[in-house]
Amino acid sequence: MERNLMKGNEALAEAAIRAGCKGFFGYPITPQTEISAYMAKRMPKVGGVFLQAESEIAAINMVYGCASSGVRCMTSSSSPGISLKSEGVSYMAGSDLPCVIVNVMRGGPGLGGIQPSQSDYWQATRALGHGDFQILVFAPSSVQEMADYMGKAFDLSDKYRMPAMILADGLLGQMMEPVTFGSEEIHTPDPALKPWATNGHGNKRKHNIVNSLYLQAEELENLVVERFKRYEIVKSEVHEAECYRTDDAEIVVAAYGSVARLAKAAVDLAREAGIKAGLVRPITLWPFPVQEVKDACRNAKRVLCVEMSMGQMIEDVKLALDCRVPVDFYGRTGGVIPKPSAILEQIKILNEKGAE
Amino acid sequence: MPEFRKPHSLTDVPFHYCPGCTHGIVHRLVAEVIDEMGIEGDTIGVCPVGCSVMAYDYFACDMIEAAHGRAPAVATGVKRGNPDKFVFTYQGDGDLAAIGTAETVHAATRGENITVIFINNTTYGMTGGQMAPTTLPGQVTQTTPYGRNPDVEGFPVRVCEMLSTLSGVALAERVTVTDPANIRKAKAAIRKGFEFQKNKQGFSIIEVLSTCPTNWGMSPVEAINWLKENMIPYYPLGVFKEGAIR
Amino acid sequence: MTTEAILAGFGGQGILFAGKLLAYLGLNQDKQVSWLPSYGPEMRGGTANCSVCLSDHPIGSPYVTDPDVLIAMNGPSYDKFIDSVKPGGIAIIDSTLVTKECTRTDIRSFRIPSTELAAQHGLPGMANIILVGKLIKETGIAVIDAVRPALEKMIPPKKANLIEANMKALALGMAL
Repeated sequence: MERNLMKGNEALAEAAIRAGCKGFFGYPITPQTEISAYMAKRMPKVGGVFLQAESEIAAINMVYGCASSGVRCMTSSSSPGISLKSEGVSYMAGSDLPCVIVNVMRGGPGLGGIQPSQSDYWQATRALGHGDFQILVFAPSSVQEMADYMGKAFDLSDKYRMPAMILADGLLGQMMEPVTFGSEEIHTPDPALKPWATNGHGNKRKHNIVNSLYLQAEELENLVVERFKRYEIVKSEVHEAECYRTDDAEIVVAAYGSVARLAKAAVDLAREAGIKAGLVRPITLWPFPVQEVKDACRNAKRVLCVEMSMGQMIEDVKLALDCRVPVDFYGRTGGVIPKPSAILEQIKILNEKGAE
Repeated sequence: MPEFRKPHSLTDVPFHYCPGCTHGIVHRLVAEVIDEMGIEGDTIGVCPVGCSVMAYDYFACDMIEAAHGRAPAVATGVKRGNPDKFVFTYQGDGDLAAIGTAETVHAATRGENITVIFINNTTYGMTGGQMAPTTLPGQVTQTTPYGRNPDVEGFPVRVCEMLSTLSGVALAERVTVTDPANIRKAKAAIRKGFEFQKNKQGFSIIEVLSTCPTNWGMSPVEAINWLKENMIPYYPLGVFKEGAIR
Repeated sequence: MTTEAILAGFGGQGILFAGKLLAYLGLNQDKQVSWLPSYGPEMRGGTANCSVCLSDHPIGSPYVTDPDVLIAMNGPSYDKFIDSVKPGGIAIIDSTLVTKECTRTDIRSFRIPSTELAAQHGLPGMANIILVGKLIKETGIAVIDAVRPALEKMIPPKKANLIEANMKALALGMAL
């Protein structure tokens, strides 16, 4: 299998095409624009649609329409643009529609900056729009994983009929690494698997309706409750984390995405310094890999959560550990990348503190 | 003697519209056109937010309920994924010309092969009669209790005139449904819109001047007369643009 | 073995391209590689830098803070990164544009007037490749025969005439 040197953004786009994505609707924003540029080149050659929308809001609503008709489709943006898309994401969740949304995060709030950030964790895992709902959230940590999780996101989004997000950041989107794609072939999803699609009933079935409006309170409640039962199934079936040198780790670093790479380097440096350090890297952020985090921290005296934010995932880490292990935080925000040496310093400090 | 039947493209669900409201007539016209063209099985409709929000229960073709103002974007997504199907949106004035102006203008200028049915009754009906982008100068609504003052609230939008300047538009026509002759003209315009779509000849919009007796505080007959006397002078009927763009 | 490099200069000097060339050289040797650019509104004229890692093992941090090798093509970049070079590391400096002498004695530094050399040899815009040539010579991360296939992957067929010029610039750097 040929190794290609690609930017993370390009790997995402190519992987989406191979996963059978036939509709891409986007709007330019740094640092994700390579996805649009790649799609604009490739989509017409594979019989797909690339359309630059008039706004992020229009883009997500085009995805809503395209997904309603049963076509695999996606949009991508960066933090401020994702805020604009939240309306459409809520409608898609309320209409049980699958799609993939990419967020190549940058610093916020507001217009913020354009450098890498992880400050949209809460938005992705808690509230990407109004109402009771969740979306699947995947956090790749390398260009190869950008490709691997794109296909998975489409498959699971279809399977559970809910939107899925690839939560990346400017560092992952812009960096180049070797990547291989599982297959040269372009996947063709079977339309029969989407009997709910509004693609014309052909006078063969009752008309389908894609809708999220329910004016009877009890009816809406029942639907939401049923949806949350489905979320419980998702939670039991989808949970992934990488554990690195955690077997005997007394200091466990918890980090996801690009920062996990930096944390891994810090863990290696700590081991060289004789500290029993390890790393747990959640790959699914919703559902959060509770059991994996618990297992990784079974010998931990202290846990250090490292993020490119003021501390958002740390809440899930604490919940997973039921507050049985002290969880400290180290982060940089606004687009500043934490240095492995700085993470190492934090590990050393915690190692000296011990269990207290 | 011919029997008066409901078009096949309408379901048996009774309309919830107020007495005298013209939504029912326009629904029927759209359904008749779909029936006559034999395209019910190949048509996907997109509903707005507003009084016709539940049109998905009334039309028997596949239906999608869109967020407020987003119907043209949703329709774009459906059409781009299914270029050989028929896609129409059904939108009111607040939906199409206020919160959804960008989606409307850009779907039009892209020349999307969709048909937009635009109900202009100068009112946000569903929320109880607030000022719409098409509310006339001086018109009293819940949010213009002293009459719409252009110095404060600005001027009404003439949608067909505005869109007729765009190269992507194949048909921009304003009609009304105040009497049988106009109803026949309205139906012919809707049919034209779907024909342009069939031949992939560009974006079509049919603006239907409509009444809202409930929020206008009038009887259905008074409302029809008010429309003729006040709306038609500001919103003249007729074709503003017609011709295939491709 | 791992080599971590920072390449830095003005936007428009081909800093990112030079970094990519290193990454492709690693890729063609079946190494693990990463290339991470600074990005921003500095398409031309501003500062640009990139981190490149080549390794026999999976790469932890693609973000290089203490490079084994630095290529500095202007004064501000030199000032910003010279102190971060690992002891025992290498700094390759465009002395046409960086006027300061390198005072570090714990690294090997090479001052090469690459912008001037490029102009003299009719290789406009190839000062970056001259410095990459020097880097290859001093680090031994690749042999010259490996460069052409890398360039062929990077340069689109429409601009294939640039390959020869790049090879010439590279040879110039390696001969220094």
